[in-house]
Amino acid sequence: MTQKSSHPSRVNDFVIKIGTVNGTGSASANTLLMKALFRMGIPVTGKNLFPSNIQGLPTWYEIRASRDGYNARTGRVDVMVAMNAQTYEQDLAEVSPGGYLIYDSSWPRDGQLARDDVQLIGIPLADMVNRHFTPARVRILMKNIAYVGALCALMNIDRDVVRALIEETFAAKKKLIEPNMQAIALGHDYARKHFDCPLPVRAEAMNGTDDHILIDGNQAAALGCLYAGATVGAWYPITPSTSLMDAFESLCKRYRIDPDTEEKRYCVIQAEDELAAAGMVIGANWAGARAFTPTSGPGISLMGEFIGFAYYTEIPAVFFDVQRVGPSTGMPTRTQQCDLMAAAYCSHGDTRHPVLLPADPRECFELSVAAFDLADRLQTPVFVLSDLDIGMNDWMVPKLSWDDDYRPDRGKVLSADELEQLNAFHRFDDTDGDGIPYRTLPGSHRKGAYFVRGSGHNRFGGYTEDAEQYQEVVDRLLNKWETARERVPQPIRTDSGHHTNIGIIAFGSSHGAVTEALAQLADRGIHANYLRLRAFPFGNDVQAFLDEHATVFVVEQNRDGQLRALLKLETHTDPGKLVSILHYNGLPLPSNAVSERIRDHVRKEAVA
Amino acid sequence: MSFITKPKVQWSGQRRNPLGLTIRDYEGGMSTLCAGCGHDSVTAALVQAFWELAIKPEQVIKMSGIGCSSKTPAYFLNGAHGFNSVHGRMPSVATGALAAQRDLIAVGISGDGDSLSIGMGQFAHAVRRNINLLYIIENNGVYGLTKGQFSASADPGSKSKAGIENRQQAIDPVATAISLGGSFAARSFSGDKAQLVPLIKAGLAHPGCAVLDVISPCVTFNDHEGSTKSYAWTREHHESVNSPDLVEPADAIEASYDEGQELPVKLHDDSVIRFRKLESDYDPGDRARALEYLERHRAEGKVVTGLLYFDPNQPEFHQLSGTALQPLRDIDFERLNPGADGLEQMQKKMR
Ligand SMILES: Cc1ncc(C[n+]2csc(CCOP(=O)(O)OP(=O)(O)O)c2C)c(N)n1
Ligand code: SF4
Ligand SMILES: [Mg+2]
Repeated sequence: MTQKSSHPSRVNDFVIKIGTVNGTGSASANTLLMKALFRMGIPVTGKNLFPSNIQGLPTWYEIRASRDGYNARTGRVDVMVAMNAQTYEQDLAEVSPGGYLIYDSSWPRDGQLARDDVQLIGIPLADMVNRHFTPARVRILMKNIAYVGALCALMNIDRDVVRALIEETFAAKKKLIEPNMQAIALGHDYARKHFDCPLPVRAEAMNGTDDHILIDGNQAAALGCLYAGATVGAWYPITPSTSLMDAFESLCKRYRIDPDTEEKRYCVIQAEDELAAAGMVIGANWAGARAFTPTSGPGISLMGEFIGFAYYTEIPAVFFDVQRVGPSTGMPTRTQQCDLMAAAYCSHGDTRHPVLLPADPRECFELSVAAFDLADRLQTPVFVLSDLDIGMNDWMVPKLSWDDDYRPDRGKVLSADELEQLNAFHRFDDTDGDGIPYRTLPGSHRKGAYFVRGSGHNRFGGYTEDAEQYQEVVDRLLNKWETARERVPQPIRTDSGHHTNIGIIAFGSSHGAVTEALAQLADRGIHANYLRLRAFPFGNDVQAFLDEHATVFVVEQNRDGQLRALLKLETHTDPGKLVSILHYNGLPLPSNAVSERIRDHVRKEAVA
Repeated sequence: MSFITKPKVQWSGQRRNPLGLTIRDYEGGMSTLCAGCGHDSVTAALVQAFWELAIKPEQVIKMSGIGCSSKTPAYFLNGAHGFNSVHGRMPSVATGALAAQRDLIAVGISGDGDSLSIGMGQFAHAVRRNINLLYIIENNGVYGLTKGQFSASADPGSKSKAGIENRQQAIDPVATAISLGGSFAARSFSGDKAQLVPLIKAGLAHPGCAVLDVISPCVTFNDHEGSTKSYAWTREHHESVNSPDLVEPADAIEASYDEGQELPVKLHDDSVIRFRKLESDYDPGDRARALEYLERHRAEGKVVTGLLYFDPNQPEFHQLSGTALQPLRDIDFERLNPGADGLEQMQKKMR
């Protein structure tokens, strides 16, 4: 995928940004465009920058094609498709020097709104489409398809590939194929006739997408839940996590309904709120199912009491937090990594939780499965901390794979037969020294009966308010935490191959930007080693990495430097060497924001 | 306070149920509630009902929230798993447990604070979902465990121990359950074992959410002038009715009366609660009439007891959801996972 090419720089290396009004059906046109590039073998990523609104507000879709396989935002826009008159001025300003702006020339645009360094390409999309199609709804949709047609000509996108995609999309509604192809032709032919096609910014078939798929993180996480054998899901709708449960439910409808009896081998409960969703998941896990809930920051806040309760009563449960910006109204459709602290220490009292940190949809799949195993093995709540960028955007990732020998690891659960053999069962007794006691499932055996209570239990599961007996239990939970440290997914280290005392630590959706920033820095002679965290608690590798480097840049997408704070709290390191690189405006982290700030810092240090 | 295991004394000649178990086998740990607390009487009625029904203790889950009432699952059915959850959230945990293992027999114990204030939402939605749960509210009009604040079931006009008068309207869980579309709504009195035990048995047998509001006096925080749960009106009339003997505060109040009869019961603070038992020909199948009946008697200051509303045909949660009959937790992993081939297939559409 990272094959270097001798092409001029903007071939298979560009950003197309499409500005539209939401609710006008542009999503399918944008997907079509991205998939066409993907099928031409060009690595792509698509990012939806959308408002918290159903209809009428500006929305953008950004497609990055990168022959080198980079997937972060870049801060560049090479081709802007400005379909929204409302944002035209802003869209024009955003085009990189030497770039292009395509607009609907059915109506004249204000002549003053032009730039010397941007070439304007006017295509009378509405005019052509209105002449060709009738119902208003169809016209709106076809206008979108027509700009894809224009881009086919302008950017050398293979029309046969586009046709194949349209045929697949409308396999069940065949009569829609021709109108769509006509709309493609309208845009294509006009552009061909009036402009020099193709532009220097263009696509050329390559083979950079073999064995890859396009998928968003929520779909991948839902697949993880399906494959891990989760049977109970409880949730309360909240952007950007909603599509996770939607995907799980449609997967279950496909694979978990008995064809003869129509019985469902799953149970999805739309709860009355997130408190109830948490309670349901805890109840279901306690009773022996694998159960999960997807939510976002506000939901985690509401679930806090229950999560602390599950920690203390040692009940497995999987919580997906698809992070979004801050509280309530305004920015819920924007991305951030702002719940790291909230997840790691969620709830009142002394609580700490394993938090898994997927960097892309493929890891959403893998770490979801891992989360269920860990929750069962450790008998504790486990978080999967994704974000809107990973969860709702289209990523190109290596194909997901599955080992049919996998069986869920349910941890230490005593069966009815095992209980029969026992003299007595004590729920919170750590008999093998790993901090994890045995549990029993309700309904299995009278000898296994125990009483779940918050803090007031002793080692044997009996009620206590005794100081020492209480402390014995909480101290043992610390042993379990040490076990967790070894069992969570370990970080991935990438060395620069040069002698350097600069380190970078990042997690989750910052990974793409950091990977590209490393190359940008190396081009300028700055070499850094990189440690990508995949889980909390931190293991020895993290401590070692911190010890080895004189300066460690901590890259994250929140204002307060939550990962840096966590590293300060949870490792033995001189906080002075942890330098925050922060990005928190709600848009996915661009690679140049990382490389430029690291470069500035390194330069300043060198001068000082 | 420590956990005390009740010594099990078995003797020959003790009655046994069809499982060969004596009533002792249905008991739990020693209660740590105040002597005379109505909640202990409900516990005793539960023990009796489970024993009479000959239910295997290990088939049962005992769920609760937080409060004096919510502590009581520790005092019955030692052989059952118990879950003392967080305040007001018993219904959600029960829902999850039943989603995972639908064959469990679930009994939920809550209080008026637990269900009608902090847990009002979960109470309402458990009823709406019609989960297969016997949902008992041990209703004393106060928050016992936090020392006597008003609960949402306290009637307007009643006074707290500090002498503050409640001016807000009372929530009646029975009327609420009926108007929410509940399939089983009943009320009883902790001191009326003759009525309570059969209602518990009916609730356990009911395939859906059976709401049983049990008036269960708090001896400690109702022990003062003006704390009636709803009985300011009745109090004025208590001379004119045939009151039972004054019960010493340390004893649980007991009462027995016949169908269609009214019985004024004097509480520890001398206040009187006036129960009205449903007539034997009362038809519990009529939702509108049940509400009208409740309201008419409430206006007269009477607390109606009995099975107010009952619809055995309303589909239960799993029927509504179409869940497999085999408990989900017991389904073989192979039947849950589409395998490597399935994944390969699915991904063809992702290119
Ligand atoms: C989140 C939360 N808030 C407050 C409390 C304190 N609290 C414990 S019990 C209780 C009231 C219980 O009242 P009720 O359900 O009527 O039970 P009773 O003690 O009267 O039987 C309260 C407010 C708590 N445990 N948790
Ligand atoms: S305070 Fe009231 S409700 Fe609580 S145990 Fe004592 S009598 Fe019962
Ligand atoms: Mg109460």
